[in-house]
Amino acid sequence: MRDIAVVSVAQHQQKALTHTTEVELMVPIINEARGAVGLTQDDIGFTCSGSSDFLAGQAFSFVHTLDAVGAVPPISESHVEMDGAWALYESWVKLQIGGIDTALVYSYGKSSPGSLRDVLSTQLDPYYLGPLWPDAFAMAALQARIMLESGAVSEQRLAEIAVRSLNGAVDNPLSVRSSPDATIDSVLAEAPIADPLRPSDCAASADGGVAVVLAAGDRARELCERPAWIRGIDHRIDPHQPGVRDLTRAPSAHKAAVEAGAGNDRLDAAELAAPFTTQEHILEAELGLGSDTVVNASGGALAGHTMMAAGLMRIADAARQIHDGRADRVLGHAASGLFLQQNLVCVMEGE
Amino acid sequence: MAERTAVLGVGQTKYQTTRGDVSLPGLVREAAYRALEDAEVGWDDIDAVVVGKAPDFFEGVMQPELFLAEALGAVGKPLLRVHTAGSVGGSTAVVAASLVQAGIHRRVLTLGFEKQSESNATWALSLPQPFSVSINAGAGGYFSPIIRQYMARTNAPELIGCMVAFKDRQHALLNPYAHLQQKELTFDQVVESPMLWEPIRFSETCPSSDGACALVLGDEAAGDASPKPVAWLHGAALRSEANNFPGRDEVNPQASRDCADDVFAQAGITDRRAEIDEVEIYVPFSWYEPMWLESLGFCEIGDGWKLVEEGATHLDGGDLPVNCSGGVLSSNPIGASGMIRFAEAALQVRGMAGDHQVDGARKAFGHAYGGGAQYYAMWIVGADKPTS
Repeated sequence: MRDIAVVSVAQHQQKALTHTTEVELMVPIINEARGAVGLTQDDIGFTCSGSSDFLAGQAFSFVHTLDAVGAVPPISESHVEMDGAWALYESWVKLQIGGIDTALVYSYGKSSPGSLRDVLSTQLDPYYLGPLWPDAFAMAALQARIMLESGAVSEQRLAEIAVRSLNGAVDNPLSVRSSPDATIDSVLAEAPIADPLRPSDCAASADGGVAVVLAAGDRARELCERPAWIRGIDHRIDPHQPGVRDLTRAPSAHKAAVEAGAGNDRLDAAELAAPFTTQEHILEAELGLGSDTVVNASGGALAGHTMMAAGLMRIADAARQIHDGRADRVLGHAASGLFLQQNLVCVMEGE
Repeated sequence: MAERTAVLGVGQTKYQTTRGDVSLPGLVREAAYRALEDAEVGWDDIDAVVVGKAPDFFEGVMQPELFLAEALGAVGKPLLRVHTAGSVGGSTAVVAASLVQAGIHRRVLTLGFEKQSESNATWALSLPQPFSVSINAGAGGYFSPIIRQYMARTNAPELIGCMVAFKDRQHALLNPYAHLQQKELTFDQVVESPMLWEPIRFSETCPSSDGACALVLGDEAAGDASPKPVAWLHGAALRSEANNFPGRDEVNPQASRDCADDVFAQAGITDRRAEIDEVEIYVPFSWYEPMWLESLGFCEIGDGWKLVEEGATHLDGGDLPVNCSGGVLSSNPIGASGMIRFAEAALQVRGMAGDHQVDGARKAFGHAYGGGAQYYAMWIVGADKPTS
């Protein structure tokens, strides 16, 4: 395996980008990520992005966003209809084959033009679940109820996770929900939004984008003082049908973490893309995170959830902790689908 | 150094207007199962699954691969979903191949599908956008001015497109999976069919199909161990270019030429027409056959229509048979169409193309394009292992 590292990251996120197209959003982000390591598109060996037509409300929406890259002359490029974390995985695979030393990865999402919790109903099996139109919060509430009644988690613990996000996000300028004063009592005092879930249990929806530059071997060392070396990356999927799932678990997250070698050494920090406190709780167990790992110093996806980019943003946040020397070994996580159906784990280290 | 990669199995569904007899899981399962059967492997032998399809609006399900995880046998495995416009079926196969080339997986199942009967493709492609005016032209209206420009540049005779359409519909009669089976069709009927977007007649356009196509790809050891002949990958490439920029040649886009140069160089091919035995190119409108033959370097610029006119692209007697399966003009489940091209190329070099087999085919070329002729995916497969 070749040594591949995240050498540059750039991102933007806010509550609603009402007057900004996806192209206008991505131009400065991509320029910042490439520019920070002195690269132009001509220096990039492979480009890959992740986004969703259903969010954009347009077929082939990513074709337009390609304008933000500057694909003149033509580029070697691909796109996944997935969170950008999987575009990073595809780029990592391309770099493994060899012949190229750099890759640009980006993803973005604008949920604000619609109601994300309703849009996500269209992600359900269209024969048995979809026609009932349960929204994303309602489905998550079913899971939360099962977890609480089976003793898999307590309301107190969920509130602790919410407070961790609200407090942690205070120092993150890209978060869209933070509070220095939040306490377990203040969270428990919130009226449920989808019983038993309270507003602070559900990720704050955001619009945004993220770009990451990958480089291999010595090229990475040239471009970055402290590259975030990808020591393990893996992704797995669980069944979609809730009836065959144990909703208190996410086996695919566990398997991805094992395959990525997450538990091989101490993790200084982990950035998790869980859209609900319940799911952040499940992930901590499935990923085997101990009390010596700082989880979601940024506030995580709860403090700002950009659909289709939340996972790549977590990897970017984790990589940045390597870049600036705050951590030596970190984990970035991405999730997709109902009840953490699909999970990706990326373990990075400094040198 | 890339691991050698082989196509071990191919699975296709029957392509038709409406597959009302199967659900989406049933449709993909049918193609996947046939690919496994052909490769003589089981679900447990598959390490990862790579799915491609065109816009989710075609079925009205956001990221349908999530709910298809069970049907695709992907539970507990990595599942990737590719979407690169009309080229997606080809790009998906290239991404799947890269997982083997990189030495990450031993066997990968890849599948492209579309169930266009669930929705209306023209509606799905024409959703109104704020602050922009839709030309509401559909794909035919978009590409017809480009075709007219090709005709103006090359002085191609007016009926070249009809000749391509008639040839592909004849080829389709030799392929039991092909959607259009027009046994009684005459050349005069092709010429007389209604003009939709000058110069594209109704008979010169692709149908709208339901269908899925799947491949099992394997590494060198898996290829060597395969009980049936395999198709070895000799080259795979992707290119994209922006839709609009000054000087863009829409008739012969640079991304197309660059992608072809890349894939032929990987395969060590210098005389493209002589060394390739069968060509599967993405031709949704008849005129794109001569246009792509030129862009891909199978002939000089301006000579593509001559190959059509002299019958060089016909299975029966041509030296460069094109789309012996009937091509996109005879079957078009959009998300699968590119992969069908790649699959048919593999079937040819495996000697398993049935009645549309090119005798003794050793090397074949698979091609897909998408967007406003911006996205390209290509691969070359051979009966023999690549030397490098």
